[in-house]
Amino acid sequence: MLLRSVDDSQINTVFPNTFEEYKKWDKEKDELPPEEVYKALFQELAYGEKVQVGRALTRMNYSKSGWKSLIKKTSRAIKKVVKKDEFPDSYKEFFIETNEKWADPTYWYAMGQMVNNQTSIYYWNAIDRTFDQELNVVQQEEDRRVYVQTWLKTLKVSIYVTLFCLILGFPVAHLLANLPLRYSNLLMIFVLLPFWTSLLVRTTAWIVMLQQKGVINGVLVWLGILSDDGRIAMVYNETGTLIAMTQILLPFMILPLYSVMRVIPKSHMRAAQNLGAKPVMAFWRVYLPQTIPGMSAGGLLVFVLAIGYFITPELVGGKDGKLIGSWIAYHLKTTLNWGLTAALGAILLGFMLIFYWLYNKIVGIDNIKLG
Amino acid sequence: MNQENSFVQFKKIDKSYDGEILVVKNLNLDISKGEFVTMLGPSGSGKTTTLMMLAGFETPTNGEIYLDSMPISKIPPYEREIGMVFQNYALFPHMTVQENLAFPLEVRKISKSETKEKVQKALDMVELGNFGTRFPAQLSGGQQQRVALARALVFEPRLVLMDEPLGALDKNLREQMQYEIKHIHDRIGITVVYVTHDQSEALTMSNRIAVFNDGVVQQLSTPDILYEKPQNSFVAKFIGENNTLNGVVKEINGSTCVVDLDNNQGTVTALKVNVNEIGEKTQLSIRPERVSIDKNISGANTFSGKVEELIYLGDHIRARLDVCGNNEFIVKVPNEGSFNHKEGDTLNLSWNSEDVRALDI
Repeated sequence: MLLRSVDDSQINTVFPNTFEEYKKWDKEKDELPPEEVYKALFQELAYGEKVQVGRALTRMNYSKSGWKSLIKKTSRAIKKVVKKDEFPDSYKEFFIETNEKWADPTYWYAMGQMVNNQTSIYYWNAIDRTFDQELNVVQQEEDRRVYVQTWLKTLKVSIYVTLFCLILGFPVAHLLANLPLRYSNLLMIFVLLPFWTSLLVRTTAWIVMLQQKGVINGVLVWLGILSDDGRIAMVYNETGTLIAMTQILLPFMILPLYSVMRVIPKSHMRAAQNLGAKPVMAFWRVYLPQTIPGMSAGGLLVFVLAIGYFITPELVGGKDGKLIGSWIAYHLKTTLNWGLTAALGAILLGFMLIFYWLYNKIVGIDNIKLG
Repeated sequence: MNQENSFVQFKKIDKSYDGEILVVKNLNLDISKGEFVTMLGPSGSGKTTTLMMLAGFETPTNGEIYLDSMPISKIPPYEREIGMVFQNYALFPHMTVQENLAFPLEVRKISKSETKEKVQKALDMVELGNFGTRFPAQLSGGQQQRVALARALVFEPRLVLMDEPLGALDKNLREQMQYEIKHIHDRIGITVVYVTHDQSEALTMSNRIAVFNDGVVQQLSTPDILYEKPQNSFVAKFIGENNTLNGVVKEINGSTCVVDLDNNQGTVTALKVNVNEIGEKTQLSIRPERVSIDKNISGANTFSGKVEELIYLGDHIRARLDVCGNNEFIVKVPNEGSFNHKEGDTLNLSWNSEDVRALDI
């Protein structure tokens, strides 16, 4: 699947001769490609397999929009010519006659990025870059830049969610590990019950809770804390994504933390105090360092899950709460641009590996402990 | 022991966790400076609770504990300046041995150079001078034990508490560590309060032993008195081996008494220890090594017993006899080469009346 992100062979199998001739075109000397290119394209469009050509056109449209309709129109004209068996003398003129866009060199320039079997265009697209006429990497037009911003947001949301999970999960895990059994069992049920509940149910429950006419706003208005038209927008934005994702991923933080805290002997805090450390100091110097394996395991788990999260941000994120996972799903299912899908996925994987590597450098992977 | 002398003093201490059951009842205990006092007792007897109250991790329900004549119940554990060796050592696994030892000095804001010096000195004392950079997990049980001991001593506490510190070690190492702790105590003269359920450990190390049962100190004495002159039947049974015979007091003559054994098995003259009036039920206690075989001691109690079992133990022969209806009667016969009885034989037994103690039942 990852190979798709660099694969460009499909179009090359449809237009082999065209690209062969295209390579001979001297862009300095001639404004438009030579006659041979037009001829090859004519023949390959005339006799090419329809499905294959269709796929190739989709690919061509990624490098310049307008390709698809242009070639479709031209194809129809070519089919007529072939039927009548009246081949033109100059293919170049025939093309330009059919549609004047064929005289526009920018279309031909865009073809340049497809002549090889491999391409990096998807990766550049995934970070809002594209090729210009001379195949230099340039920024996308402003209204087409979405990914860099989404990447940053994904990272930001993941880091925040991890931090919130740590802040909320640490005391809960501590209670779980230290309360008498009957209380801790009850608390464990409170942790696990949502964990076992369907993700979709929990996400939609958050919508009910957070929406403008929802439970929380309702209570705040009823208490007189908010005026009726001052209701806070807590869902369909980044706040909603943060709240819902934190709640959903919280067990992934609590459980590893709990299993690590459970085996820290209670005598350690006592020993530290006996040796003269005040409780805060004892916690900071003796207890906290021993929970690092649990914090790391939980943190890494939550972060990795958060960075690729998709359903929850999709549902509660609204327009500005969408994360990169949503784009991957969109390109996978809606636009069928699998090259870009694979590139986005590969970058996501790369991110995770970088974080893993960083983590290993800083904390040491041996320090991870799930129990 | 008078009050001016006592360094640690428990005064009328009660402790209850649930407000109903007292785990420590009316505890009065005085420990003088430099003493090695052991609290000995079965589990659940309140000895660890007492230690935890002294360390500051539990508060007494009633009464007050004094350290150096100062009441300490309101002082938090981290200000008590009491060192403690925990049951499973409680060494901090994320710190090296040096860091573990430096911890109490660091929190006292002692300078780096002085800390280093003291840590090294403490490590040398427990003969672990070269192990400073290791982590606790890289040490053996005995070494961890010593590190825990060094850590409890490195900040020069007023008092050291030890909560069954040798419980996790194997037998040989345990014995070796007993001597080592004793020697360190002798050398630096620090006051030690030690908790254990192992009587031989208590006998080996202590100046005095407080025998706990059911939240009450049964007897507080030096090891020899505890063994030779137990005050009640619990102490007699708990310390060392002990033969018991049950009966009823028939007459009291000053410091001795005559006891009719149950089921008309005869009469015994015994030391009056824990009985007050004629007609009272009593349990007689005789140490196995104080019973003679085939010797006629004048004025002694003489009985006969059937040999049930003989166990050869090298330096002595352990004979289990049936005496006066008690078939768990043990006699230790020194191996002098003259013992030639077999199982089933009937032996003549005798013992001095001073060696039989009439105790409560």
